[in-house]
Amino acid sequence: MPDNRDDGQRTRVFTRRAFIKGAGAAAAITSFIGGPTPPSAGVTRAQSSPTPASGAAERLGPDAATIVLTVNGKSRKIAVEPRVTLAEALRDHLGLHGTKLVCDRGACGACTVHLDGNPVVACMMLAADARGHEIVTIEGLGAPDRMHPVQSAFVEADALQCGFCTPGMVMSVAALLSRNPAPDMGEVKRAVAGNICRCGTYPHVFKAALAAAAKMRGVKPPGERA
Amino acid sequence: MARNVTVRLGFEGNISDVRLVIPDDEPTPWQWGEPLAVVGREMARVDGALKATGTAPYTYDVELPGMLYGAILRSPYPHARVRSVDLSAARRLRGVRAAIERGEAVVRFAGQEVAAVAAVSPAIANDALALIKVDYEPLPFVIDMEDAQKPSAPRVFAGRANIGAPAVFEAGNVRDGFERAAAIHQAVYTTPVQTHVSLETHGAVARWEGDQLTVWCSTQGIFTVRDDLAVLFNLPPDKVHVITAFLGGGFGSKFGAGPEVVIAAQLARAAGAPVKLMLPRAAEHVATGNRPNSWQQVKLGAGRDGQLVAIELLERGSGGIGGGAGSAGPYRTLYRCANIRTEERDIYTNAGPSSPMRAPGWPQGCFALELAMDELARKLKLDRLELRRRNNANPVRALEFELGAKVFNWHEKSRAPKALGHRRRGIGVAAAAWHGLGSAGPQAQAIAYRDGRVVIQIGTQDIGTGTRSILAMVAAEELGVPLRQVSAEIGDTRYLFSVPSGGSSTAPSNTPAVRQAAAHLKDKLLRIAAPMLGADPASLEARDGTIRVRGQPSRAVSFADVCRSIPADSLCAQGERPPNYAGFRTDQAGCQFAEVEVDVETGAVAVLNVTAVHDAGRIINPLTARSQVNGGVIMGIGFALFEERRLDPISGVMVNPTMDDYKLAGPLDTPEITALFVEVANGVTNTGVLGLGEAVHVATAAAIACAVYDAIGVPVRSLPITPDKVLAAVGKV
Ligand code: FES
Ligand code: FES
Repeated sequence: MPDNRDDGQRTRVFTRRAFIKGAGAAAAITSFIGGPTPPSAGVTRAQSSPTPASGAAERLGPDAATIVLTVNGKSRKIAVEPRVTLAEALRDHLGLHGTKLVCDRGACGACTVHLDGNPVVACMMLAADARGHEIVTIEGLGAPDRMHPVQSAFVEADALQCGFCTPGMVMSVAALLSRNPAPDMGEVKRAVAGNICRCGTYPHVFKAALAAAAKMRGVKPPGERA
Repeated sequence: MARNVTVRLGFEGNISDVRLVIPDDEPTPWQWGEPLAVVGREMARVDGALKATGTAPYTYDVELPGMLYGAILRSPYPHARVRSVDLSAARRLRGVRAAIERGEAVVRFAGQEVAAVAAVSPAIANDALALIKVDYEPLPFVIDMEDAQKPSAPRVFAGRANIGAPAVFEAGNVRDGFERAAAIHQAVYTTPVQTHVSLETHGAVARWEGDQLTVWCSTQGIFTVRDDLAVLFNLPPDKVHVITAFLGGGFGSKFGAGPEVVIAAQLARAAGAPVKLMLPRAAEHVATGNRPNSWQQVKLGAGRDGQLVAIELLERGSGGIGGGAGSAGPYRTLYRCANIRTEERDIYTNAGPSSPMRAPGWPQGCFALELAMDELARKLKLDRLELRRRNNANPVRALEFELGAKVFNWHEKSRAPKALGHRRRGIGVAAAAWHGLGSAGPQAQAIAYRDGRVVIQIGTQDIGTGTRSILAMVAAEELGVPLRQVSAEIGDTRYLFSVPSGGSSTAPSNTPAVRQAAAHLKDKLLRIAAPMLGADPASLEARDGTIRVRGQPSRAVSFADVCRSIPADSLCAQGERPPNYAGFRTDQAGCQFAEVEVDVETGAVAVLNVTAVHDAGRIINPLTARSQVNGGVIMGIGFALFEERRLDPISGVMVNPTMDDYKLAGPLDTPEITALFVEVANGVTNTGVLGLGEAVHVATAAAIACAVYDAIGVPVRSLPITPDKVLAAVGKV
């Protein structure tokens, strides 16, 4: 992939995340815990050692520590052991079961969520490391009665069979479309290259992604009859 | 109480009137050219939104108040005596609520269940496993199928040979056949152990309330799980309630109550709290089933005209400590031949047990037979498609070959140059067969409510094919109402009985029961409508959301108005799936064409496109049917090129029980897939639906292997066709 394209993406991501709004959110978190800036900002201790000063090494655990995560626009306080991954925190501590844990080692994409707008595999990140970032899960993208265009495109193209890989697929596609509103087939394939589907939905996923992109741009989806 | 009906059955260019004897209360089977309003249309699946938004509740997502998490300790040895298990330290760990022994005196594969714990968090459960002390006495083991057949090999089961009894099929006399042959081809073909890799692993959530056991289970057979647990815990079946609202894949590995389900229920009872036990990925690879490997010595003989005169197969396959490895099905089915002999034997090894996997035995057999057919064609200097046509045993497949060749551009591609630099193009074709006819057993309930809604209830489950949608479509068709008015409720043993979802039986077993239930409900609604219309119920029909006098569309009353006149809260009828009728044909033909590109410098194989042509009887929903074709083909690509369970010869342990080391086909491996259906009105049931899930997987690996042979001129007779094998074949290594 040529470098300039990557740069372009970064630029778009930065622009899209209205900077002022981001700073505001960070300030809100800071004032809430009254500590230094993220990522160590979200921590409050279950066992009361004082929050380390900025720059000092931070020690968590081994017991559960209370941390604050920003998930789907809301601040959520949870007590987790430091070994708990973001995927486990979302599922077991926040009851957000849409994110699936399938391989638990970054090999399948089923646990894909958005971290500050970028797709990440939540099984490869500790919950504590997600402090100070904006996390969006499949539940934050849409609901059955108000689906995100990517979600409705998945339903229309039958880009889901057993459906277990689907939340991760949807998140990968949604992240692609937010940074590249007009992807070609190759870009779609690369965006979901890390999402494994045992039911073999890929062809319909590609179709859904292109249809959703067209719909979000307000043009006719590719291949649709007049 | 039966009646005779005459129906038009068959397929394009081959239609005839067939007399069927059907039960009195059974709707007449849909026939050729039957005008249907809902069935046959592309419909988005009714539960799609739940899946796309992550709100569909899988077993994996069930959370109950006070729920504990279970974990299983597995043997690190492929064969060992379990001298003792000490659970005391594990029990003492803070947060542990129960610990149990499996109680096996001998373990026979690395990964077999030895003990289990339940704790307040998954992490503590895992910590507790490390505290269990097991005294093993390691025993000699054998994991290699060839080694296992040697007289000196360690016995997998004491007092039983590692080589199972032969299963022999014989027609005619192959020796005579080979004597008359103008060309003979003989070679050995092998396929690896493949694992199912359902994305949702095996597991269950178990809860006891007194002697009532409720189990949320990731299963393809809720009633099988119910019955297994009832026997194990000595309960009447109605004391066991099994729920599978959504299932994250099964592919044949999830029938019955496996060890993890039983253990979840045992732990829940021991702890006095609900227990959730979902397997980690490694255990899923190792212990929950697999497609056995195969060693196939194939011998084919043909006359100068290409007519097969003898087919012989000597087969060995190992499903570890399980059996059922046979792969002779295609040899006995795909081609017409007077002299056929197949011999299959299971070989036992110290490895995880096999379980049915998407068309058990068939992709293996099809790969070897079809690649052998190509090698025979080369000897005979015959076009490979032509050789298949001349021996083809099924008239539907003859049409499929023709259709597929046209769409795939077989003849044009045959003439295209093969080499482009270090890349070689090749094409292949393979025949498929299956028997997705379904069976008697399912019972459905159809309920109309006074607000005009119709609910179908049946104890089947959706393995991902869109079962709720097709059942609702069939009921909507019968009742003449739009699909949105009908919903289907499944996945619960409190509904009426249905069969497990395997053998491509879900659609063909359940749709006839649902159609019959809807027809009986319709009869009752017509009786309510008759006085409203001043007509005889027998003269009425349900169409376009109305109930009306046949032939007089203006004498109509709306379906909603009839429902409003239901005297009670609801109106209810049942249907039962009768055994299959003789029908038109009972086998299910298919074929697939594949084009590949082989890089002879790197050995990498890319599948460029696949054309899949299949008989699915009557297609209820072409959209979801195409999804199944994509799935079968893509899983076939994995089998052809990537997937292989590897066991370490020294420790007997699986070395790739992950999703990075065990490779599945991913988005970048996906070719252009064209699905074509040859509609066959088969009259086997009142809907004529055939299951599709397995038929569409049988021929893919074979077609790819044939295409690779065409591309590089050398057959790779061992799956998966990995770069090292390709480079060896072209003499580069
Ligand atoms: S579960 Fe996170 S990548 Fe597979
Ligand atoms: S839809 Fe089943 S794994 Fe993707």
